[in-house]
Amino acid sequence: MKGKDKVPGMTRKLAPLALLIAGFLLVASLCFGAPESRAQIPNIFRPESTPADSIFRLSLLVLAVTGLIFLIVFGLLVYSVVKYRRRGADDGREPPQVYGSNQVELAWTVIPVLIVLVLFLATARVIHSIQDAPEPRGTIRVIAIGHQFWWEFRYPALGVVTANELHVPVSDPSHPSPTFLTLLSADTDHSFWVPRLAGKTDLIPNRVNHTWIDPHETGLYLGQCAQYCGTQHAKMLLRVYVDSQEQFEEWIEKQRMPAATDSGAEEGRRIFESTACVNCHAVSGAVTDGRFGPDLTHLMSRNTIASGAAPNTRENLRTWIRNPDAIKPGSLMPAMQLNDHDLDAVTAYLETLR
Amino acid sequence: MASETIALGVVDQDRRPISERLHDWVVTVDHKKLGILYILYALLFLVIGGIEATIMRIQLIVPNNHFVSPEVFNRMFTMHGTTMIFFVVMPILFGFGTYLVPLMIGTRDMAFPRLNALSFWLTAFGGLLLYYSFIGGNGLYGAGNAPDVGWFAYAPLTSRAFSRGHSTDFWTLGLLVSGIGTIGTAVNFITTILCMRCPGMTLGKMPLLAWLNLVMAGMVILAVSPLTAAQIMLSIDRYTGGHFFDTQAGGSAVLWMHFFWIFGHPEVYVLVIPAFAFASEIIPVFSRKPIFGYPVMVAATVCIGFVSLSVWAHHMFTVGMSSYANSFFTITTMAVGVPTGIKIFNWIGTMWGGKIQFRAPMLFCIGFLFQFLIAGLTGIMLAASPFNWQLGNSYFVVAHFHYVIVGGILFTLFGAFYYWFPKMSGRMYSETLAKWHFWLFLIGFHLTFDFMHIPGMLGMPRRIYTYEPGRGWDIWNLIVTIGVFFQIAGVVVFVGNLLWSLCKGETAGGDPWDAWTLEWSTTSPPPEYNFATIPVVESRRPLWDIKHPEDPDWKYE
Repeated sequence: MKGKDKVPGMTRKLAPLALLIAGFLLVASLCFGAPESRAQIPNIFRPESTPADSIFRLSLLVLAVTGLIFLIVFGLLVYSVVKYRRRGADDGREPPQVYGSNQVELAWTVIPVLIVLVLFLATARVIHSIQDAPEPRGTIRVIAIGHQFWWEFRYPALGVVTANELHVPVSDPSHPSPTFLTLLSADTDHSFWVPRLAGKTDLIPNRVNHTWIDPHETGLYLGQCAQYCGTQHAKMLLRVYVDSQEQFEEWIEKQRMPAATDSGAEEGRRIFESTACVNCHAVSGAVTDGRFGPDLTHLMSRNTIASGAAPNTRENLRTWIRNPDAIKPGSLMPAMQLNDHDLDAVTAYLETLR
Repeated sequence: MASETIALGVVDQDRRPISERLHDWVVTVDHKKLGILYILYALLFLVIGGIEATIMRIQLIVPNNHFVSPEVFNRMFTMHGTTMIFFVVMPILFGFGTYLVPLMIGTRDMAFPRLNALSFWLTAFGGLLLYYSFIGGNGLYGAGNAPDVGWFAYAPLTSRAFSRGHSTDFWTLGLLVSGIGTIGTAVNFITTILCMRCPGMTLGKMPLLAWLNLVMAGMVILAVSPLTAAQIMLSIDRYTGGHFFDTQAGGSAVLWMHFFWIFGHPEVYVLVIPAFAFASEIIPVFSRKPIFGYPVMVAATVCIGFVSLSVWAHHMFTVGMSSYANSFFTITTMAVGVPTGIKIFNWIGTMWGGKIQFRAPMLFCIGFLFQFLIAGLTGIMLAASPFNWQLGNSYFVVAHFHYVIVGGILFTLFGAFYYWFPKMSGRMYSETLAKWHFWLFLIGFHLTFDFMHIPGMLGMPRRIYTYEPGRGWDIWNLIVTIGVFFQIAGVVVFVGNLLWSLCKGETAGGDPWDAWTLEWSTTSPPPEYNFATIPVVESRRPLWDIKHPEDPDWKYE
């Protein structure tokens, strides 16, 4: 990561206007949200990571320039509509017929050209600084694979596979530890978008894309798939947990362990391994290596199931196995047609996968 | 010239049985009747597309709503987008163009009247094919099915692996067939405008509406052809084992995006340039001044035409293009803003120093100017590709392009309806109802589309059938949906006004607006042959010259 970009000159001059507009948008976006949930609003104007922050600062410049143009043209328009309306005491004669003016035309051609040039140069610099950023030492590499309708995350260097809830370390600007993501798709187009961390980048089959984040604050950041990918595009939610360095190392440590074995859940495990579950789901250490569905080795370390569609509770797990459509209609997981006893056993087994 | 027309046929026709009169409309090759057919057909689809939009907005009014299933929601946004672009806005603009261009350039019909009829019926058939998917998409047992791939139908969602049944095929066929009709109309416009102008009307003396339709037609040929090609490639993929877009067999999803958007972006200008054309005719008449900077307006339009052919990949900023490609499409896209801005300035220049009459057509055009200004500025925001990485595919984009299509195009279209309704029907509309329509629709429009920008900036992606509470999106979606009902009320008043005026309106006379272009020199409605003798013109405003012989335009042009 190179140091933070300087604020461009234009921004400084137009800062008051930009702040006014941004302030309005912030107030507008916040005044109706309940205070305790504001942190959960994926607001693009509250960046917590370098790419999102560079975009935010570029957006201030763009908002200031467009805001200024708006005020001027809007003013001219209102003025001409009010000033040149036909009055009650009209003599019925036609107004002076004016056909045009080359000087005026030249002025309103050249000035916009200059504005476009300034905006383009400022934009090109941000494009370059985000897209062509070098990977520093200490980078975490993650492969994100989009599936209908969930996310697979693989940490090849760390030997971890998980789903839907991405864990990354917080990045201290003095010792950066950003996360670089390689984006792939297993089926249709998807898009990785966590507004407070970075702009979106698509996951496209037969294509390798990249994006990166370096969150500056720990916490949970929400996002979701931003490219229509099929029936349940709406519930392909995305949760990024930004951990402290210690928490992250601890999390990695736990995720690398094989699945827990609990003799109390033997029966559930047998049912799990002898039904169609294993065609799609992997549990390390068991006889399963399916990859159509999320890896379940550490299922219970996740807070949600079905790609964020429901909290990971016992009842939800049971409902999900019995009839996935009840939680996420159109999900590709089939209803397993288990009887109540088997359902309880499998749920109990899954609950041991901590 | 104004008095040389003969009223003929109208009275006789009314006495014939209704079946014969309807038969007349089916076999007609008259540009005026075809124009009206286009418009009526598009109005029907406007209502259908509007119902689809309303279903979506009711579903999104509160979080976790269960008004419709995700499958139905996905069909609704696909059909809404496809219908509105291909079977509402395109045909309605072509309808006005077909009706007005021959009248405004002083000729008796289009260059190819039979091609004109063929084009209309192909477009009509395309729309029927698309909607047949509701009953035939999956066989009768699957009735109620419809395409659910989104209006830009990104691969590989359209491949057989992800889109079973035939709904996607009906989508493809519908667009293929109507696309051929569209290209036919474009050829017809170009030939008519280049070859059939009345004596004295050099290119530099054409009404702007004719100029803008000429540019639009040229763009249609360049833009719709790639879409037609892509539809054929998609059918090859689906039926004869091709792999253009089939990613599971090594095809390219990005190739489809390029094909679609090399059509899709010029398409925006194909739609908006005729809207500019209406504004360029209406604003001068109600400001009582000639258009400001006519040559510059023409040049800016041609410039938009060319530059807009090189901006398509700004729809693809998030697909992982290189930083150089992203920079290129940033500057081309921002550059389009310059000629567009010049147009807005020229319209303001036209009003400047005039005597503005706030009749319904003018009100809608003033609304258009305000809204198109904002649409252009949000367009500049989206052109800055890093900003686009945040805003793209969110509700911000949805708000932006509805600002263009509803706030820009539909507003000028309503203006055009009121402006030319007396010409087409021979009767005046009710000004009171028209003003009710304007204000209701204006309030509804702003409630819906102003507030729709905000959830986009708060991270709400488009095309989601529901959302969770607590993300700060609830209140905005509620307001947006409330606005829809104001818009519906406006449209109901509009349709009521048209129907009432058609039966009970006052007789309009040939030239109710004291206007200056040739269509106002004949009767309302014009006879089948338009002009008893072909007019001869000396300036851009032939009727001004007649009304003001002491100060004619040709002295200054």
